[in-house]
Amino acid sequence: MVGPVMVGPSSSHTAGACRLALLARHALLTPPRHARVTLHGSFAKTAHGHGTDLALTGGLLGFAPDDERIKDAFEHARAAGLELDFETADLGDVHPNTVRLRLDAGDERVDVTGSSVGGGVVRLFNVNGFEVNVTGAYHTLLVLHDDKPGVIARVARVIADDEGNVATLHSARRKRGGEAMMSIEIDRRLAQYALDYLTFVPYIHWLRMLPEVMSGTAPEDQIEAAGVPVRPPAGAPAIPAPAMPGPAAPGEEPGGP
Amino acid sequence: MTLAELAAAPGKASEAALVDEVGGDPAERERLLALMRDRVREMRDSVARGLATSAPSRTGMVGWNAKQLWEAEDALASPLLKRVQAYAMAVNEENARMGRIVAAPTAGSAGTLPGALLGVADHLHLEDDALVMPLILAAGVGDAIQAKMFIAGSSGGCQAEIGASAAMAAAAVTELLGGNARACIHAAAMALMNTIGLVCDPVGGYVEVPCVSRNAFYSVHAVSAAQLAVAGLESVIPPDEVVQAMASVGRLLPPELRETGEGGIAATETGRRIALKMAR
Repeated sequence: MVGPVMVGPSSSHTAGACRLALLARHALLTPPRHARVTLHGSFAKTAHGHGTDLALTGGLLGFAPDDERIKDAFEHARAAGLELDFETADLGDVHPNTVRLRLDAGDERVDVTGSSVGGGVVRLFNVNGFEVNVTGAYHTLLVLHDDKPGVIARVARVIADDEGNVATLHSARRKRGGEAMMSIEIDRRLAQYALDYLTFVPYIHWLRMLPEVMSGTAPEDQIEAAGVPVRPPAGAPAIPAPAMPGPAAPGEEPGGP
Repeated sequence: MTLAELAAAPGKASEAALVDEVGGDPAERERLLALMRDRVREMRDSVARGLATSAPSRTGMVGWNAKQLWEAEDALASPLLKRVQAYAMAVNEENARMGRIVAAPTAGSAGTLPGALLGVADHLHLEDDALVMPLILAAGVGDAIQAKMFIAGSSGGCQAEIGASAAMAAAAVTELLGGNARACIHAAAMALMNTIGLVCDPVGGYVEVPCVSRNAFYSVHAVSAAQLAVAGLESVIPPDEVVQAMASVGRLLPPELRETGEGGIAATETGRRIALKMAR
């Protein structure tokens, strides 16, 4: 409760917003080139005054909440070729500080919604239309898979073999036998080989490792890569690559090139 | 850890808060101590930056208050009072300029703790090392409050933010002054009890008016609580019940008074005019 070190002016409107955008950025393998930002409630009312717009932009650029470049985030976005469209909308019965981020990196897109619930604490609760539970206090494994018996067990086995300790686990499907999303918060990032292995598990279509964003260190400093490509090597049995739900175009390769 | 458990600590309340956080792991303990030393440095840095500039915030409503007070004549012949107020505003004006600050517990209330703690320490010529354990206690008090309510103006009103920061600061200053665990927690309770009902009504939704001056007032408030507690005065209502009372008042506050910029000072004629001007 003493911290984070951050640039002002509001822990929930600046630090929290930055963290939500950081998490969203890491749901892509490459930096977003376009972001459609939908602000709800208090975020919509006071976004400019609190610098929420700057903080979200900074987060999308990979800046941590204490990064003084946030103040000039719009200039940095221009330099980085990130275009932003801000809009306000009523997102329904959600926390007053809620934002939906629709990011486009050219060959992949992601659509996430999350809330900044106070003191810089955040909760990302929707990824591509699936209910998730991501606080950013841990490293989070997101897995999109078919709703088939045993998939959760397979994933849990891989985490256990990598000696990952699960802090929270959330799994929700849209309908029986359809697609489902797991969000698993783990004390540390899974090893690359474990992530690579998971890409070969049947019925898994997409996965990402979101970084821990609460400690204040920029996630780029914690991990080597921003994400995990789902990319079977040549000769491997092809894993069906269904269209991503949400904003992705039908037939689009979910894991990027 | 509840406030009652902190108050009952056999030794220092800060030691109990530290052990609660890191368990018996010596590496974790050293990591947290190093982190808090760094927080003290960051707080110092934000105070120094804030006192050195009159640059206005983006809205132009604040930015010069800390420096102006700091350089003003000490009319009351009370250097402690002036120092505490100036430090607190320095941090919040830095915050309003999007400068680097330490949220404690939030950014809008970030000036209260450094105002009170660094202000008192400098007044008494204490080293920064002496501030590390009190800061850990402040964090522990913040955690105990947060366990019972959301610390955000938009959910509990200003009492949740500035009340928490004043309680954290009161406990920290009391420990700095040599108060025992019980005194520290009763200082926190007295500080909290006397912020209940405070609404969050920032003009135009900006964390500037009344937030900057409010941190000056509540850093002094925290020092007052420490003064009473060190003299042995206590809160009649047990500290955890005070937190509960604050949480229940927060739930009773209408949305207009919870950071929407639609009530209180924000809804005055001038407040609305400023908000309109800024929106353009």
